[in-house]
Amino acid sequence: MPTQATVMPDAKFLKQMDDKIKVNVNLCFQCRKCSAGCPMAYAMDYTPAQLIHAIRLGLKDIVINSKTMWMCSSCQTCTTRCPQEVDIARVMDTVKILAVAEGIKPPVSSVHTFNKAALRNIKWLGRMYELGMIGDLKMRTFEFFKDMGLGMKMFMKGKLKIIPSVSPGRTLTTWKIFSRSAKKDRSN
Amino acid sequence: MNTKYAYYPGCSLHSTGAEYDVSFKKVAGKLGVELAEVPGWVCCGTSPAHSASHLLSIALPVKNLSLVETMAKDVVVPCAACYSRFKFATYEMGHDNKLAEDVKEVIGSSFQNKVKVLHPLEIFAQIPPDALKAQVKENHKDKALKVVCYYGCLLTRPPKVMQFDDVEYPMTMDKVLENTGYQILDWSYKTDCCGASFALSETDAVLTLTQKILKNAKEVGADAIAVACPLCHANLDTRQTDINAKYNTDYNIPIYYFTQLMGLAFGYSPKEMGVNKHLTEATMNV
Repeated sequence: MPTQATVMPDAKFLKQMDDKIKVNVNLCFQCRKCSAGCPMAYAMDYTPAQLIHAIRLGLKDIVINSKTMWMCSSCQTCTTRCPQEVDIARVMDTVKILAVAEGIKPPVSSVHTFNKAALRNIKWLGRMYELGMIGDLKMRTFEFFKDMGLGMKMFMKGKLKIIPSVSPGRTLTTWKIFSRSAKKDRSN
Repeated sequence: MNTKYAYYPGCSLHSTGAEYDVSFKKVAGKLGVELAEVPGWVCCGTSPAHSASHLLSIALPVKNLSLVETMAKDVVVPCAACYSRFKFATYEMGHDNKLAEDVKEVIGSSFQNKVKVLHPLEIFAQIPPDALKAQVKENHKDKALKVVCYYGCLLTRPPKVMQFDDVEYPMTMDKVLENTGYQILDWSYKTDCCGASFALSETDAVLTLTQKILKNAKEVGADAIAVACPLCHANLDTRQTDINAKYNTDYNIPIYYFTQLMGLAFGYSPKEMGVNKHLTEATMNV
């Protein structure tokens, strides 16, 4: 009798997902409606339904190294159409957060780099300062000439402000919210 | 009609979507809707926040809602992305007690979750059609303009949180613009995604998705697309040159905020409505 390959679920990973996700992925019966309607599925390595299945099997390596959640545009089509009311968009966020916490280098680094630049901007200025964020992004991606023409056109149309809107009170507010929620996230 | 609302412009309406801010305020004023900007508002966190921390993504909009609560008014939020984050915040605060406690601790306020979050479309839809029609100028040049209404993702989805019109085929914007004297066309891409926050990070995805939207708009014979979100506007308006280069097409479809179209019908000049700020220039009729 040849031996069959057996999937060994990673119990610790399943527990981690259960604790953080607060969505019952076990309700998924693989109808794949989420994947059929996903506008970004074409750019993913695993479809949303496949990723959910991998989570249920506890295949941690596949899940946290996947491109899928990084290519999710958060359009909520999957969550809206799921007949089992699985909040798939929330699962995508949770897997991203877990992958980063595990120290994985995201396979779609552009999205992670953009997110980090945007959050730094909000934390320190209270509001988004587009020019500052774009500058920060360029320093980290080294894509200095990407969208340069477009940026200039927008600037000429007065769509990008040169001076950020800063007030000390507001900056302190967001700085406190960021620090306190990071602390809470660590203890939860 | 004379109603007062707290106004949360969000970061976009103070920068890349400045024409949405200007046109909304003018149109609201004309219709007797009074707006008071929320003092000291902060960014709603948008997609980067919910990609990094669920707690943070709720705490930022709740901070703003707690500021609104002190104004004792309902809040109107024109940016569909901010609107979505605000609606998620009120929903989650009412459904997850542990999270609600954590959020209150993080923002240091006793938030009551009593504020109603509204989109400008909901306010304009409440105005009787006759009152809207009464404002339309006789010599309104854009009457012949054939418009398709683009709602994008976040105004309607997910329906249990947003509770905004039909989730797959909304009609609110269609009706408001029809009552303002435009020809509204049916089409298939009302609620499809434009690539949203991938604008700067995964630009190619934006080109792929927006190309389909522009293609369908052209196929049904639309002269213009009306939007209700600064991200939708940016993706559809600023990327048409890149799309034409990539797909060998010749799209040149003006993208208007629905408030700009209302304002033009009410007799404001294109400049007053900020139409000159668009990258895909509106050449017809205006």
